[in-house]
Amino acid sequence: MSQNISIPSTSLSSRNKIHPQKFMLWMGIGSICMMFAGLTSAYIVKRNQGNWLEFNIPVYFWYSTLVIMLSSITIQFAVKAFKERAMQKYKALVTITAILGIVFSYLQWVGFSFLNNHGIQLIGRGSNPAASFLFVIMLLHIAHVIGGVMALLIIFFKAFSSKIKTYSSISIELAATYWHFVDLLWIYLLIFFYLIK
Amino acid sequence: MSNEVLHAHAEALTVHGDHHEHHHQETFISKYVFSQDHKMIAKQFLITGMVWAVLGGLMSVLFRLQLGYPDAHFTWLEDILGKWWVKDGRITPEAYYALVTTHGTVLVFFVLTAGLSGTFANFLIPLQIGARDMASPFMNMLSYWFFFTASIVMISSMFVETGPFSGGWTAYPPLSALGSASPGSKTGMDLWLIAMALFVVSSLLGGLNYIATVLNMRTKGMSMTRLPLTIWALFFTAVLGVLSFPVLFSGFILLIFDRNFGTSFYLSDIYVNGVGALQNEGGSAILFQHLFWFLGHPEVYIILLPAMGMVSEILSTNARKPIFGYMAMVGSMFAIAVLAFLVWAHHMFVTGLNPFLGSVFVLLTLLIAVPSAIKVFNWLTTLWKGNIRFTPGMLFAIGFVSLFISGGLTGIYLGNSALDIHLHDTYFVIAHFHIVMGVASMFGMFAGIYHWFPKMYGRYLNNTMAYIHFWITLVGAYLIFWPMHYEGLAGMPRRYYDYSTWESFKQFADLNKFISIVAMIVFATQILFLFNFFYSIFKGRIVTKQNPWNSNTLEWTAPIRPGHGNWPGEIPEVHRWAYDYGKDGKEFIPQTTPVGAEESQH
Repeated sequence: MSQNISIPSTSLSSRNKIHPQKFMLWMGIGSICMMFAGLTSAYIVKRNQGNWLEFNIPVYFWYSTLVIMLSSITIQFAVKAFKERAMQKYKALVTITAILGIVFSYLQWVGFSFLNNHGIQLIGRGSNPAASFLFVIMLLHIAHVIGGVMALLIIFFKAFSSKIKTYSSISIELAATYWHFVDLLWIYLLIFFYLIK
Repeated sequence: MSNEVLHAHAEALTVHGDHHEHHHQETFISKYVFSQDHKMIAKQFLITGMVWAVLGGLMSVLFRLQLGYPDAHFTWLEDILGKWWVKDGRITPEAYYALVTTHGTVLVFFVLTAGLSGTFANFLIPLQIGARDMASPFMNMLSYWFFFTASIVMISSMFVETGPFSGGWTAYPPLSALGSASPGSKTGMDLWLIAMALFVVSSLLGGLNYIATVLNMRTKGMSMTRLPLTIWALFFTAVLGVLSFPVLFSGFILLIFDRNFGTSFYLSDIYVNGVGALQNEGGSAILFQHLFWFLGHPEVYIILLPAMGMVSEILSTNARKPIFGYMAMVGSMFAIAVLAFLVWAHHMFVTGLNPFLGSVFVLLTLLIAVPSAIKVFNWLTTLWKGNIRFTPGMLFAIGFVSLFISGGLTGIYLGNSALDIHLHDTYFVIAHFHIVMGVASMFGMFAGIYHWFPKMYGRYLNNTMAYIHFWITLVGAYLIFWPMHYEGLAGMPRRYYDYSTWESFKQFADLNKFISIVAMIVFATQILFLFNFFYSIFKGRIVTKQNPWNSNTLEWTAPIRPGHGNWPGEIPEVHRWAYDYGKDGKEFIPQTTPVGAEESQH
């Protein structure tokens, strides 16, 4: 019984509403925003209580910003390529985007070790909450980027599957929206850490 | 009194739902275990929640034994529970704190969040808005299984050598952050955090689904202002959960780092007996309280709103009157949902909060009295001059209103930062939140179970057992928690192990014993309910009427035992709101009835 019901089509065909999965993604984004809002507010609250270590963010984080912005562009082209059914181009762009996501995460990690090597201990005994906050918040952001990479990988293998041909652009659109979101989230975090230290 | 409504409806349909279903290969696994049918998932949530309610209730009975009989020796308990829990016939102090903590966590999150909104959001949203299932049945299934896994992890923490977490359900650091500070903060706390993280994931998956379903999948004609109030309530509940659980999660992440990776978010200048001074510097334990209560306060409305919604629906149906002030009900729920995010610091009046800031939070807190009073007024005016049918569901709904009033009034005391200096962390607080949030929401849940059981299982619950259950539970709830107000006003602090050695509170020995006895009686009565529930699933009187309560909402237009997809043919179209009771001389007009030309104001 459960398989024969195509849920979205029954109630959506009649009305021109936002796709439920897209809608759910937007709410999920809202939910993720609340988590980071909680963390950055905690950062401000803690900072105002004193015993706070001030330091400049390493240049690697600016490089990673460039990388993630570039990946936002490539995924947008991937969506375009999919809609034009230019599948070779599409596959290449998805691959590049996923690789850029991994490069981004790697650069973040390089930034962390740079801080650690220059006397700013991120975690462990004797670490200051200022650095720990930066580490935890960015780590969570990286986790969200990796989540996006996973989603891209799934889409990537779907695109190579010869058995099933998909003409619905919904999954790549969802991935693109999410990808832009983690991009914007990072830019927010960068500005936040740049201005409030 | 019969369950069927006396005036039988002309369209009383015989059981005919089943032959519409297409019997695809549905294995036991796909039907009962990894089901994607919202109705089955609802039942899974309900029964898991009931298992938790029994465990959590049993824990309260155990610590009430200690509080009521501090000098007694129950050696037989030692044989049942083992030496860690009971030594020399007495609950050990470690076990006592573990029981209090786990009771709180389990009842707040596993029973009254997952068990209540998990059950009824899943069951009622698609059926009452006219959808075949949730927006994403798969996510819905995941939501349950995350909850189930969280449950397993939480249960397993009862069996570790150092015992379950025992720092109170709020898990305040530094105690919760330092394994060296207390045995309960070792492995038990790790498992507690894992369980809670899984629980947050489950709540988010569920909540996203509920919102998407309500906003996107309503049937034709079901505008937002025609939604039954249950759906509005469940919708606001989901919004609160989606916005507040991530903040709790971020608090937990920082706690995990403090526990396991040596950071100092919450820790500063600490000396642990036997360990010495800790190196952690610069942290602030209050920070956790901010993050925790930013969830924690919306959480009490996550618990309460579904009960409010179901009570509104059940009161209107069984008073045979339209709900009084539908838009005011929706508006007040919206106001509660907004204010829920603006009052968290009233849990922190005595943490050294700036008194000016405190006064702002007092104002915002007391503002909640306005929408709450609107709701109470509307419930009472719905009952007023109604043609009331005292079904078990209706009794529990009325009981909810009673408890909400008595528990809500004490909130006005506690919301005041000056009075809070005396009242905080006393039994007054315990009495307040148990009545207004705990028992009231339990009553909402019982009301919902009694009212929708025929829809869930196609059978009726036994009424005699239901009435016994209701009266003992209602009287018992007041007898348990009313005296606690006096103890709290006298300054008796919560969470203590033994008051008999304390000169100021020795006088309450008999009162404590009385509370404990009533608690045991009430717990035994819940066993009666459980028997009724499981017996009736298999042996209850079979429902033969499609609409046994003569109710207007859509779920009663589905077959008596709906298959996956809910309606065999087309989804019914909606032409009116859900509360046309006693209109134009008609006893009730279902939402599917088109508006007639001769109808008075529509």
